[in-house]
Amino acid sequence: MTRSFLERVIERALFLSAALSIIVTAGIIAVLLTETVAFLSEIPIMEFLFGTVWTPLFADQHFGVLPLVTGTIVVSAIAMCVALPGGLLVAIYLAEYARPGVRRALKPILEILAGVPTVVYGYFALLFVTPLLQRFIPDLAGFNALGPGIVMGIMILPLVSSLSEDALGSVPNGLREGAFALGATRLQTSLLVVVPAAFSGISAAAILAVSRAIGETMIVAIAAGQQPRLTANPLVPIETMTAYIVQVSMGDTPAGTLEYRTIFAVGMLLFLATFALNLFSNWLRERFREEYV
Amino acid sequence: MTEVKIAADGVNFYYGAKRALHDIRVAIRPHVVTAFIGPSGCGKSTFLRTLNRMNDLIPDTRLEGSIRIDGQDIYAPSVDVVALRRRVGMVFQKSNPFPKSIVENVAYGLKINRIANGRADLSHRVEESLKAAALWDEVKDRLHEPALSLSGGQQQRLCIARALAIKPDIVLMDEPASALDPIATQRIEELIYQLKDKYTIVIVTHNMQQAARVSDFTAFFWLGRMVEYDETRKIFTAPAEKLTEDYVTGRFG
Amino acid sequence: MRRYLADRAFAALGLVGLLAALAALAALLLDVILDGAPRLSWQFLTSYPSRFAASAGILPAILGTFYVIVLTGVMAVPVGVAAAVYLEEYGAQGRLGRVIEINIANLAGVPSIVYGLLGLGLFVRALALGRSVVAGAATLALLVLPVVILATREALRAVPKSLREGSYALGATQWQTTQHQVLPAALPGILTGVILALSRAIGETAPLIIVGAVAYVRFVPDSLWSPFTVLPIQIFNWVSRPQAGFAENAAAGIIVLLVMLVLMNGAAILIRDRFQRRRIA
Repeated sequence: MTRSFLERVIERALFLSAALSIIVTAGIIAVLLTETVAFLSEIPIMEFLFGTVWTPLFADQHFGVLPLVTGTIVVSAIAMCVALPGGLLVAIYLAEYARPGVRRALKPILEILAGVPTVVYGYFALLFVTPLLQRFIPDLAGFNALGPGIVMGIMILPLVSSLSEDALGSVPNGLREGAFALGATRLQTSLLVVVPAAFSGISAAAILAVSRAIGETMIVAIAAGQQPRLTANPLVPIETMTAYIVQVSMGDTPAGTLEYRTIFAVGMLLFLATFALNLFSNWLRERFREEYV
Repeated sequence: MTEVKIAADGVNFYYGAKRALHDIRVAIRPHVVTAFIGPSGCGKSTFLRTLNRMNDLIPDTRLEGSIRIDGQDIYAPSVDVVALRRRVGMVFQKSNPFPKSIVENVAYGLKINRIANGRADLSHRVEESLKAAALWDEVKDRLHEPALSLSGGQQQRLCIARALAIKPDIVLMDEPASALDPIATQRIEELIYQLKDKYTIVIVTHNMQQAARVSDFTAFFWLGRMVEYDETRKIFTAPAEKLTEDYVTGRFG
Repeated sequence: MRRYLADRAFAALGLVGLLAALAALAALLLDVILDGAPRLSWQFLTSYPSRFAASAGILPAILGTFYVIVLTGVMAVPVGVAAAVYLEEYGAQGRLGRVIEINIANLAGVPSIVYGLLGLGLFVRALALGRSVVAGAATLALLVLPVVILATREALRAVPKSLREGSYALGATQWQTTQHQVLPAALPGILTGVILALSRAIGETAPLIIVGAVAYVRFVPDSLWSPFTVLPIQIFNWVSRPQAGFAENAAAGIIVLLVMLVLMNGAAILIRDRFQRRRIA
């Protein structure tokens, strides 16, 4: 009667809400794709992907994206040098060593670290970390990759540590007990038995962290600079893919121009890279779950 | 000619590919208490849940054969499951009162089925149901307190009151006292005895003594089959099947 | 003996690592508070941006943040809760349900700047909403939608099956059960998730920059279609200025932002605790 009609209407409405998420994904792909295709109709894809000079906003225009890519990679690599060992260390400590009281007290602090807005981290990188580093490295420029890289690492550390901790926690206790029964110390058990057993889970965490680092915007927009430069030197100003998009958006670039389209082309590259990394990370995590659950 | 309230014929039930019930045939009479007994996993709860189609909630299940209540096949495509569950109520093994007040628990069934005519009628029916479940005296002064503040036995009687409020024909009880202490159990058993005048009661129990005390008819289940079905007196004193005899004398299970 | 020494050393190292992370957080907070606290004043909170650092204020930014977040919540919460209800209670079995689930998990990992590009292409241009509060809120709503959905699903999943069974056994329909039993029981979890999603939205900068929130807004947004700014963007703008005095403004703005976040998260924790206590009675 009217009751079952109402039920079906409600079910339809709920379904549409869920299906909206598909429209969002389609929207992202559509927006990025149309502008990227328009961009690539003027700039050959080889020049875009492999060119080494990026000056779309200058009079003498070049559209080689590699400087942005290396900028992103350098900052992310520095971030991972902080987040990966640090996060893993903290995870092993919390999972294998710490007493429950210590865990309960310190874990919320890690969550706070993860919840600080990135613009605050950017401020910290520019006005505290870089000047601090300059006291030890006099050649360090005011805008560079090192300061924001380290701060980004601190921001991502909780992600690495919490996912790694989950992975370590899923390793069955039987493995640890077997090692202890053979007379291994906790250190030997952790490093030689538990960590290798949790390897795919930890790798999944690391890859997710890289994806997060690549997509991070405000820390680098504030502290890394706006000079696209094909270099591995962390002490000089560079520009990342994300910072470039912000730079153009802050300006007056009119819609429909080639310069406007560059942000979508760069955005497409960013989207594909993070998407691939996320897929890989998920695949690793599924494989890990199959081993132990 | 004895009346038949529930008639099951050739019932097979499948969880996915696994067959849980084999060719069940039984005719349950009105206004009596029928008990299903048998060891764990023998299918008695599964069969109970087919009687009000609660198994429909589990994905990938299938029923073959027919189950008729008052002559009508309850698995026919045209059947309104919601209306069926109004007529066939259920009390669960672990009492599951809603996290609301005592009154709201009993009134819920009345509200969603739009039974009561106005607030006075609603209160009257709530009171009636709580009395029928022998709970009224204990809660009449605290009707608006949370249901979860009651003891285990009281919560189960509340669930019974909740089920009775919508005036079903049949009340199914899935091990209603298994989570309760002996005194609370006794009160539930007394309640069941009082209720059979007005309702048809089917109770699943793993406690043979309880079945012997409380029921008029008993069906013995074993590995998904119904081995024997007869008056309780006969099942427990002179069963026809050896398997039944072994079970009720405690030789296994 | 040497083995146990290594063992103890490692434990110490782990603790040091943890404390180093804490020290970094403490340094950050201390730095911001020391730089910014002197600048906090009623004047600061109620003035407009200015070329002169000393007279600049964050009133439009605070109000802009408020409007955008409320609008984001209005858009994201009903849709997100509805989607989660569908996935948990109605649709998980079908292949389409699985596809939607995977899709939402993927969306949760997309960088926020890409959502900004989506907002620019879709809301600002294609739907011609312009660089408005509505476009910004819609963009953020899409960004936090996966968070709302995932948190709501967790809350729904925590509702015991026995509650639903009890409702169905009384002859309730699926929607009646969801509406009268499941959603009320899941409400604290949903509220907590919503607050967490919104506190994430408050700190988002990049998507709103791309959608066109400018940082030199000398007026308070007066309609859904007006230009606007938000607190993180104002902070970003001040940090980027080399003139003396703006760094302090940025730090003061950060303090205001952090206070907002603390209040929101505190509210979330309070709600969760209060409802948990009421349930157990």
